[in-house]
Amino acid sequence: MIEVNGLVKNYGAKCAVAGVSFRVNRGDILGFLGPNGAGKSTTMKMIAGYLRPDEGTASVGGIDVTADPVAVKRQLGYLPENAPAYPEMTVEEFLGFIAEVRGYRSTAAKRSQVDFALARTQLDAVRKQTIETLSKGYKQRVGFAQALLHDPVALVLDEPTDGLDPNQKNEVRALIKSMAVEKAVILSTHILEEVDAICTRVIIIAQGRLIVDETPAQLRARAPGMRLDEIFRDLTRSKV
Amino acid sequence: MNQITPIFKREFLGYFRTPVAYVFLVAFLTLSVSLAFSRYGGFFKAGSAEMDSYFTFFPWLFLFIVPAVGMRLWSEEKRSGTAELLFTLPITILDAVLGKFLAGWAFLALAVLLSFPMALTVAYLGKPDWGVIATNYVGAILMAGGYLGVCALTSALTKNQVVSFVLSLVACAALLFLGYSSFTEVLEGVLPIAVADALANFSFITHFEPFTQGIIDPKDVVFFLSLIGFTLFLNVVALER
Repeated sequence: MIEVNGLVKNYGAKCAVAGVSFRVNRGDILGFLGPNGAGKSTTMKMIAGYLRPDEGTASVGGIDVTADPVAVKRQLGYLPENAPAYPEMTVEEFLGFIAEVRGYRSTAAKRSQVDFALARTQLDAVRKQTIETLSKGYKQRVGFAQALLHDPVALVLDEPTDGLDPNQKNEVRALIKSMAVEKAVILSTHILEEVDAICTRVIIIAQGRLIVDETPAQLRARAPGMRLDEIFRDLTRSKV
Repeated sequence: MNQITPIFKREFLGYFRTPVAYVFLVAFLTLSVSLAFSRYGGFFKAGSAEMDSYFTFFPWLFLFIVPAVGMRLWSEEKRSGTAELLFTLPITILDAVLGKFLAGWAFLALAVLLSFPMALTVAYLGKPDWGVIATNYVGAILMAGGYLGVCALTSALTKNQVVSFVLSLVACAALLFLGYSSFTEVLEGVLPIAVADALANFSFITHFEPFTQGIIDPKDVVFFLSLIGFTLFLNVVALER
């Protein structure tokens, strides 16, 4: 569903992503790991069509994102890091705006899509509240609601559980799991337990390069008895 | 292209979701009307039923007031990260640029049109030439578009609203002073008359004045529209990554 081939992105002289390739199929939840600054966000921004890759291609559902960015954006749900939203809008207004941009123009269609997203993310109680008054956990859920409002075939989530308390993390994970059945999901994180909890595959990148692409079980098998974060440390340190 | 509608709607209503709209409208109307009644405007002293003394300050007023509307257009989106959200929705950069610009322009047009009690006052006191009043309004709205185009562009260049405000103030001031009489006289002293004249042609004042006299000259309309077109084109270029 999502296919990434030799993506390269440079910021001036600094190379952020140096030739990353992988693919995500329907039903997969891909955990995207790496130290801060490894190029996770940059890769996701290129898939979502926010940044133009310097080299390589990313495609969603067979459509190349540089060739037809709007078509890709139509199919994709994207949650940017820190779940940005317009603070002065209420949850309902904000999701209504997203629905309109996503092509649900009639009042009925808009309403049903917004209700769907609100129900999925359990935001119904705060629908009339302005986003700036919400707690971090609720804001994150608004970002989620925005990403899945059009029931996309592919989801790209940049640190979806960042800044949430343990209960909220669990809720979000359950949500992702429940949606993944018929979707392709990529989520970036630096919480390793998350990978164990929900991911069907793991990718680790460091310094813009892909160093691991396997299942969580295979990752574990690399060093039996060791904790995941120790394995992660060994892997990302040795390649640096 | 029909993706402009939701962007326009969100942006336009956005002014009213924050105090920005109300503060702006009250400040603009208070300032513009009190300038007209002041001794510099001489609205009463003139003793004639026209709105010249009201509109004559507009190029100067816009210099401060339009950057206040325009500075947040893109800077705010960039600072808060919503630009990333906006540009991963299924819209083109041109849709976003047009939607936001048109929303800002519509808001400025609303501000200008809310001065209609002035026109009613003039009509009560005398028999004004409604044609001239209409061209004044057309000119003021076109000029607001020109100013806003410049401000939208400078706003797209930075994520800092203050920098954006100052940049647009400087850019608009340059476009304004090129046509200000005492400044053009200095220019004519230094530069050949033909060059000074050509420069004066890029000024808001040069192209706004005919409107205040009741003349809609195509070349003035073309000036404002092409200024808008050009700045919006640069705006798209500035936002492309």
